[in-house]
Amino acid sequence: MSNRREFFTIVTVVCGVIVMGFITLPLIKMFMSSSWSSLSATVKDKDVLKSIWLSVYTASLAGIISFFVGTPFAYLLARKDFPGKRIVENIIDLPMVIPHPVVGIAILSVVGRNYWFGQILSRIGVRVMGSVLGIVVVLTFVGMPFYINAAKDGFRGVSSRLEGVSRSLGASLFSTFLRVTFPLAWRSMLVGIIMCSARAISEFGAVVVIAYHPMIAPVLIYERFEAYGLSYSQPVAVLLTLVCLTLFLVLRILSVPKDLKI
Amino acid sequence: MIKIENLYINFPGFSLKDINLSIEKGEFFVLLGPTGAGKTVLLETIVGLVPVKKGRIYIEGVDVTKEPPEKRRIGIVYQDCALFPHLTVLKNIKYGLHFNKQGSSESLKRLHRLVEQLRLHSILQRLPVNLSGGEMKRVALARALVINPSILLLDEPLSALDPNFKEEIREELKRIHQKTGITFFMVTHDFTDVLYLATKAAVMNEGKIEQVGDVTDIFQRPSSSFVANFLGAKNIFRGNMIKKDDRTFVDTGGTVIEVASNLRKIEGRVYFTVRPEDIIISQRPFSSSARNCYPGKVVEVINRGEVFYVTADIGERMTALITKASFEEMDLREGDRVFLSFKATAVHLFI
Repeated sequence: MSNRREFFTIVTVVCGVIVMGFITLPLIKMFMSSSWSSLSATVKDKDVLKSIWLSVYTASLAGIISFFVGTPFAYLLARKDFPGKRIVENIIDLPMVIPHPVVGIAILSVVGRNYWFGQILSRIGVRVMGSVLGIVVVLTFVGMPFYINAAKDGFRGVSSRLEGVSRSLGASLFSTFLRVTFPLAWRSMLVGIIMCSARAISEFGAVVVIAYHPMIAPVLIYERFEAYGLSYSQPVAVLLTLVCLTLFLVLRILSVPKDLKI
Repeated sequence: MIKIENLYINFPGFSLKDINLSIEKGEFFVLLGPTGAGKTVLLETIVGLVPVKKGRIYIEGVDVTKEPPEKRRIGIVYQDCALFPHLTVLKNIKYGLHFNKQGSSESLKRLHRLVEQLRLHSILQRLPVNLSGGEMKRVALARALVINPSILLLDEPLSALDPNFKEEIREELKRIHQKTGITFFMVTHDFTDVLYLATKAAVMNEGKIEQVGDVTDIFQRPSSSFVANFLGAKNIFRGNMIKKDDRTFVDTGGTVIEVASNLRKIEGRVYFTVRPEDIIISQRPFSSSARNCYPGKVVEVINRGEVFYVTADIGERMTALITKASFEEMDLREGDRVFLSFKATAVHLFI
């Protein structure tokens, strides 16, 4: 018995080492391969800076839009049972399982000129194809499920009794949400925004279909890789990774409960 | 005050069937029932947290069936207190004042009075995680009372408390009820709470009200076998406590019984019980240390195999438990004249 357990312990550790190596080795190699000189040259490259900034701010916008639109919906899903709720929850998860270029094509079929919605948009002068708006639409589409699921779990963690007591003390549903539910669930919501934006900033396949230009960082990296090869695209990749890691690290620290901070 | 008419609730997992209740202003109403009887659902329906499809709820004559909870002015104290974990004790208590601005100087006065009455001074800046069970209950009470509700609902407020805290909070509830005149509606499964606190009670089972009435009525004249079995208690009486010389008596109207006198309260209405196994039946009066010995007539004999429940009318119907051997030895029959004896210390008082 104890022998078998020891064997299993060895298996767990070995698998752990393999997984860690699998994740970190390519990243470490990529970091090591780009020289300081090429990195500093990249930092001064206007195109690179522009694309990284575009990536960061469109992904943040996707997070913020998800927050405003997704919060009430996540609350509804956490608190109410209704017929067909399972189906609704599965629909929310759809963007996570659809292949990325398919997402782009699907969105295109709605906003394109061959569909009435696209025709209305073009008539009032709204351009989705090849615009920042298009990028934001795509990123929100792929990121939203991550926010809704995280926020929903956060709301579920708040006892509905607390909300009941708050209502009995005279607070409306909205005041109760602001004074009780939100303060108790904001960490989950922040984690949801981080996850949504993280997913959004890494999107490539759907964005190239909708908007090759203006270029977000992943598209720029792909273009440089295609045109000039690995060594030319690596510094941009390193820079994007560094920016993302820093941003998410800061947000992650903010979202850790006070008493767990070291 | 509270009037519930033909209330039905039907959800997967719980239901209420044809609930009809009428509770007077200032009453201390206690709802008894086994786990899963639907007591908490009924409470939450009165507060307005459970939507009503069929039936009506009136509060002070106003139909509130469709009113949201925030319009009903009903306080609720849950078993787990449901204090807001992110707010200090003071902010918890003041929570309701944000939404009840009318007469704010008066509500502030009420806040100070409650802090004093419930001895919350020293813990005002603490967070709920750092409170003991008794402190949490007192905070939850203060929070519900600060908005001066017309009704206070209590969901098993005394269970899950240490025995000494339990005693303390029970006293507190009684004092608050007497002082404020607020209508109390409390759910419990502890008979002590009923006898100590209730002015009226109901027993609930499987979503239905089995019986409503005076506490003594429910205990002495259970309307169904469920109520009788659920309560299980016999010999519960109500009377007036009287002090004479150094001795204490309770006058039930039918008889006068001597009780142990080391009590704080000296006069007034009390409940008391005598356990059937503490009562001696004899065919002749006999002198012993038992202070209470009464003549009466056997009115009922219940055979439980090895033991017999013998009920005699001594001005009140009182039941004694005796063994089969004693029963056969005395050859008791309905209508026989007997004497019931028990010690003053065998009388359990609920003041």
